Amino acid sequence: MQKKLLVGLLRSRRGIIGVSIIGFLLLLSAVAPLIIPIESYFRWNDPDYWINNPKTVAPFWTNFFGPKEFEHLSLDRNDAKVISELSEGIRVDNYRFEVNMQADSFPDDIMFLYSAKYGDIPPVLQIDIKRPDNNTFTVYYSSLPPSSNTNTTFSDRIFSTNENVKEALNQYQSLFYYSISGLEPQVVIFSDTNKPNVLKGVYQISEKFFLFDNYSSVQDVGLILGGKVFGIMGTDDLRRDLAVGIIWGIPIALFIGLTVSIFSIAIGLIYGVVAGYRGKRTDESMMRVNDIFYALPTLPLLILLSITYGRSIFLIIGFLLIFSWMGTAKVIRSIALQTRNFQYVEAAKLMGQSDIRVIFKHIIPQLLPLTFASIAIAVPAAILTEAALSFIGLGDPSLPTWGQILRDANTADAASRGVWWWIVPPGLMIALTALAFFLIGNTLDSIANPLRNRNKRA
Amino acid sequence: MFLVLFATLFITVILLGSTFDKLQKETIRNQVVEEVNQGTLKFESSGERSSYINNQTQFRSKIAGLDQGSLSPSNLIHRIISVMTLDLGRSQFFTTDYGSSNVRDIIFEKVPKTILLFTTATICVTIIGILLGTYVAGKEGSWWDKSNSIFAIFSNSFPTWWVAMLMILLFAYTLHIFPARATPLSSPSDPTYFLDLLYHMALPLITLIIVSFGAWAYIVRYFLINILNEDFIHAKRTMGISRRRILYSHALRNAGPPIATAVGLALAASFGGAIITEAVFDWPGMGKLYYDAIGVLDVPIIIGLTFVSTIIFLVTIFITDISYTLLDPRVKGN
Repeated sequence: MQKKLLVGLLRSRRGIIGVSIIGFLLLLSAVAPLIIPIESYFRWNDPDYWINNPKTVAPFWTNFFGPKEFEHLSLDRNDAKVISELSEGIRVDNYRFEVNMQADSFPDDIMFLYSAKYGDIPPVLQIDIKRPDNNTFTVYYSSLPPSSNTNTTFSDRIFSTNENVKEALNQYQSLFYYSISGLEPQVVIFSDTNKPNVLKGVYQISEKFFLFDNYSSVQDVGLILGGKVFGIMGTDDLRRDLAVGIIWGIPIALFIGLTVSIFSIAIGLIYGVVAGYRGKRTDESMMRVNDIFYALPTLPLLILLSITYGRSIFLIIGFLLIFSWMGTAKVIRSIALQTRNFQYVEAAKLMGQSDIRVIFKHIIPQLLPLTFASIAIAVPAAILTEAALSFIGLGDPSLPTWGQILRDANTADAASRGVWWWIVPPGLMIALTALAFFLIGNTLDSIANPLRNRNKRA
Repeated sequence: MFLVLFATLFITVILLGSTFDKLQKETIRNQVVEEVNQGTLKFESSGERSSYINNQTQFRSKIAGLDQGSLSPSNLIHRIISVMTLDLGRSQFFTTDYGSSNVRDIIFEKVPKTILLFTTATICVTIIGILLGTYVAGKEGSWWDKSNSIFAIFSNSFPTWWVAMLMILLFAYTLHIFPARATPLSSPSDPTYFLDLLYHMALPLITLIIVSFGAWAYIVRYFLINILNEDFIHAKRTMGISRRRILYSHALRNAGPPIATAVGLALAASFGGAIITEAVFDWPGMGKLYYDAIGVLDVPIIIGLTFVSTIIFLVTIFITDISYTLLDPRVKGN
């Protein structure tokens, strides 16, 4: 029977679509730790971790459909060309970044990152930008703050909005044929001198450190050009890379969905079989209990439970279990009622086998195919309910789930601001996962459900 | 039936009762902490500060009668009565449009709006669902039938509130047809208030209909096709009654009771789902209030709303059961 189920599943078109979607999701969650740093999972809600990303920008591929916006660029030490030279006892470390500017719009901001270790004599930092038109702008020239003890490491980031940078740029007014006062530094740096447009071409941005003694050394450098597009899914208000959140959401959703459905169906199966097999007063009272659970309003009680007892993911799975076993119990019981009177069951009973043995050896195996179908059908409900709880703000706060991404989007009014990349992908993932399990469940059910088959034959 | 009703109520109230205590204690504690933070009291160490907070919390809990344990009989009865009469005191954060902060007033102001939205939606969906479902049941296996079942599966897997966000994105942000916030701007005493309310209701209503009519048509089709396979239908066919007539009068009538049950259950469930949908649309009903109350942990409101929604849920189920017996002649005979 199990084999027939599998073959039937792979023969139907719906089944194949469902299985391949889930296969794809499983594959993605398996490779997720390899392609994205695991730290991003644990620090999803930590704003510090995402500080180098741009705020609320669209995915990069929107550039194919409209004006070419500047794509966010984040360069670190390894992207820089290092030239070190020694003249008159002063060591000059020059870190040079090359930026190929091809966008139609200016970057939102520029950040120069550095970190240096030094003693009594602080090094001097000079930032030069050599433009495609062969002008060189020195935008920053200053010594690092003095330190009291030897061996301090000083890290900082210089923003393009820094007053020093603004002043430094003002001296290049004579090169421009229009007034640059009032323009943002990142605009001036990347502007054509003839007209206020982007000057396309290769820019060489160098951070030069003048080191005056042997204690001094450069620890780290970096350059961030804030863009208007980023990554395959863009970022949200907290600068988080949404693609990362979406991918981490997959294993969590699958875990919640499968755990809840497997356990709830198992509970329903045993409950239903016991009620149906024992019959009479046991059945009657067990079914009344079932009715009571059926009549409880799920979401309000779920809300109360998670407010009272906490919101860890395992508690939520437990709460979802309380409200999801009744349907299965009812169906299984009605089938077990019929099975009870089958001759082989009666034969087993006459042979003196115990009730428990009859149930587990003769009745439950008959019901397994239907159970598999029910498990698949129960997954979407669990995923959707968990997403709903997360959306209300009662999800596990330490995990990046799709429901929580949507909650953040809703709290930030993403819909009325038109931030579609914050709304569409997470919901689509919920829908896709639910859809896949619906398809599989439907197919399995049409093969395994005796009630349905009887109707078909009639 | 009544037994089930009562047992459900009892379980809910017990669950609510213990929750109520726990939440109330937490609220008292928060109040104390707040007072300490803002007050002029000075403490020498953090230990002294926390012991002061603990003492105060215990003292105030005792005054509020929370030290007896929520399951002691006197407390339980007291609680059940106060919940059932909605005598829950005052809300800390919310008021009605007229400025009353009594929990009962606030809830009763919101309930009609939720019922207005969701009952309208359910009625529309039921009508569309029955018509469409009957139509596709008559053409089993046709293109219409297939695309309807595909649509039903799709709309089943979409979270309603996500579709709601998409609708706001499309109709409010991109097309500027409907407002993104469904709370009417004019005051309730304004004569045009009702029209304004209806205008703001349009987008939530359309969303609710789009999300659920496919699944509805599918359910109706399922019941009808089962009935169309019954012997008496075949008998009618041989009597020469037209297929159309059988479908719309005989089959649909027999499918009435299960459809009525499904309508009732869907209506009952939709009130539960209202919490999020209303929050997304900012529709000023129970669900929105619920959502906001959870956000600020306003205990009396949460308890009251849970109770009211349980009642609405049970009443809907009860009415459904009664209408089943009215519609099904076989049950009536008993």
